Amino acid sequence: MRHTISVLVTNEFGVLARIAGLFSGRGFNIESLCVAETTDPRVSRMTIVTSGDDRIIEQITKQLNKLVNVIKVHDLTGEDYVERELALVKVNTTQENRAEILSIVDIFRAKVVDVGPRHYTIEVTGDEEKIRAITELLRPFGIKEFARTGRIAMARSLRTK
Amino acid sequence: MEKTGAEILIQSLVDEGVDTIFGYPGGAVLPIYDVLFKFSGPLRHILVRHEQGAVHMADGYARSTGRPGVVLVTSGPGATNTVTGIATAYMDSVPVVVFTGQVPTALIGNDAFQEADIVGITRPCTKHNYLVKDITELARIVREAFYVARTGRPGPVLVDLPKDVLTAKAEYVRPDKMELPGYQPTYRGHRMQIKKAINLILNSQRPVVYAGGGVISANASVELKSFAKKLNIPVTTTLMGLGGFPGDDPLFMGMLGMHGTYTANMAVTNTDCLIAIGSRFDDRVTGKLDEFAPFAKIIHIDIDPTSISKNVMVDIPIVGDVRSVLKEMLDAIPTGKRLSDYKRGIKGWHRQIKDWMRTHPLNIKQPRRGRIKPQYVVERLYALTGGDAVITTEVGQNQMWAAQFFRFKRPRTFLTSGGLGTMGYGFPAAIGAQVANPDRLVIDIAGDGSIQMNIQEMATAVQYKLPVKVAILNNRFLGMVRQWQELFFNRRYSHSCLGKLPDFVKLAEAYGGVGLRAEKVGDVDRVIKEALKIKDRPVLMDFLVDPKEDVYPMVPAGEPLNKMVLL
Ligand SMILES: Cc1ncc(C[n+]2csc(CCOP(=O)(O)OP(=O)(O)O)c2C)c(N)n1
Repeated sequence: MRHTISVLVTNEFGVLARIAGLFSGRGFNIESLCVAETTDPRVSRMTIVTSGDDRIIEQITKQLNKLVNVIKVHDLTGEDYVERELALVKVNTTQENRAEILSIVDIFRAKVVDVGPRHYTIEVTGDEEKIRAITELLRPFGIKEFARTGRIAMARSLRTK
Repeated sequence: MEKTGAEILIQSLVDEGVDTIFGYPGGAVLPIYDVLFKFSGPLRHILVRHEQGAVHMADGYARSTGRPGVVLVTSGPGATNTVTGIATAYMDSVPVVVFTGQVPTALIGNDAFQEADIVGITRPCTKHNYLVKDITELARIVREAFYVARTGRPGPVLVDLPKDVLTAKAEYVRPDKMELPGYQPTYRGHRMQIKKAINLILNSQRPVVYAGGGVISANASVELKSFAKKLNIPVTTTLMGLGGFPGDDPLFMGMLGMHGTYTANMAVTNTDCLIAIGSRFDDRVTGKLDEFAPFAKIIHIDIDPTSISKNVMVDIPIVGDVRSVLKEMLDAIPTGKRLSDYKRGIKGWHRQIKDWMRTHPLNIKQPRRGRIKPQYVVERLYALTGGDAVITTEVGQNQMWAAQFFRFKRPRTFLTSGGLGTMGYGFPAAIGAQVANPDRLVIDIAGDGSIQMNIQEMATAVQYKLPVKVAILNNRFLGMVRQWQELFFNRRYSHSCLGKLPDFVKLAEAYGGVGLRAEKVGDVDRVIKEALKIKDRPVLMDFLVDPKEDVYPMVPAGEPLNKMVLL
């Protein structure tokens, strides 16, 4: 099963290599990994999407916790959390299909961020499902380039009843 | 007053209580060596002959004392030569702190002369490592390095020191507080879990303790003994756990696993309550996983949460320091009827174990005439030393025979590369142990193959007048390889015969040590006695043993523990 794990690490030289090395050295897989500084410049947050059975996920979280640079590990899976990805899609355009593409952009609340004579670059944000859906709809027009960030995630705050 | 980085380093070591550095100089660390030249404080430097030797020595120092061992080497090749030693210490959780020189910060990444990315190289085989980028971080990092190495589950830590950091100047202030928000080992076991564990044990009929190296690193052997005695539980240990429980105690069943005793392996296969203490269910211990302890509920006490339920799912995990958990367990054992009922209930189990011990003891027959049996040499070493020695081993048959036939009565008296299985470990480790324990008898039980992997350290032992003893069980083969080829490759002895061996007696003498040889059974005692008399130089004993001898019992890799091949 897939898991989204949020990891707080000290923002130091080599931390990313340590985490990537842990995954490759122990044969765990990484589907995506995002990392950036938090509001505290000494701390970074990594969001790692990985998969495995319960035992593997347990090992992953324990092994992460064991690293001296790791402050906190939070497996968000099974909890209520928000996750987002951003994708940039450069799609071929022609005189005839521009309107159709723009309506897709509109439906997904995406944005055209760059326009060329024969292409649009579209920015879309959302969960994985949404990104997949828009990509599928744009594919018939011809996707020239595609870049996505990988997931970032955060637990939802508990609502008071 | 401002100090240079090199001076700060040495002062920090003194402040950490370090008394010995095992090292080898080179360009990048010359500023440190220059400080050592003038230094008159309580810090000794042992000049090794190969950096791998330095790490094994520091490791032997650490395993025999419990205090971190310290290594100092230069950049590039000096640093890469330490890798096997570091990996060895990592696999066996030994606190070692390795300082490597590095090219100046401005040159890092430029393929400078003698540059190696040692922090990158050792990341997967250190508990933690550091590149010191600025002199203001140096004192803090040294402090942290020692703290991380010796606390929690101990392990090696490497600190990489660029040359410009060593020559820069700063005020030295020993940091009194460490900020390691991501490093907080759990020491105290969970109350409820401890209660549950005691309940499980008291309801069992066939309990077994399976103790590992964690008992030794946690200094918990006294507690382990009280625990086993109070609940009358038979004990087996792993290779790493030998000495953690007295080898001559009636409750001791010997080592378990691939070359474990019949009794230990049968007991683990039949137990209904396995209490794993500071052990990690290594494949050499468990054999075929699905058939390991098939009837048992398992309790697992370990300081490292990643060890728990990694290979074998356990019923009652207790994360914590083995010693503190055992103490709490001791306090939680009830007295009165509950305890006496339990003890009555396990009587049959004890009878069964006695029976196994009687029918399948570990013993060897040494014919009066004919070749020396390697096991006999170990038995005689045990007898003639009264078991009062620190034993190190190389890897292979020698290691297994040492484990089987020497009875280790005390912790920190058996030093062996269990996890990585590093040939060449035993001799430098013995030197390190001798440096740390000048008045103790230290013996490396070696193979003729392994001893040649770090034989150069003979010069170190001679230079520092260290009376380390080496007992080579010389079978003219890479014996353990030959044994596997015999059993699993239909006797195709591919490259396992050491066609040409040096004359070990002359070799020892060439280094300035003493060489002795035993060719006949009758020579064995004489050679050992003579060696024991020598107090100012290393001694190499060359025992020409039966080359056909194999290690038994043996559980073939991947088979369950009760499928032992017996003699
Ligand atoms: C550095 C290293 N290389 C290779 C091996 C594989 N290996 C394991 S045991 C062994 C044979 C050891 O021979 P020897 O030292 O003569 O000991 P014996 O088994 O004969 O007692 C070898 C080659 C190893 N453990 N370590």
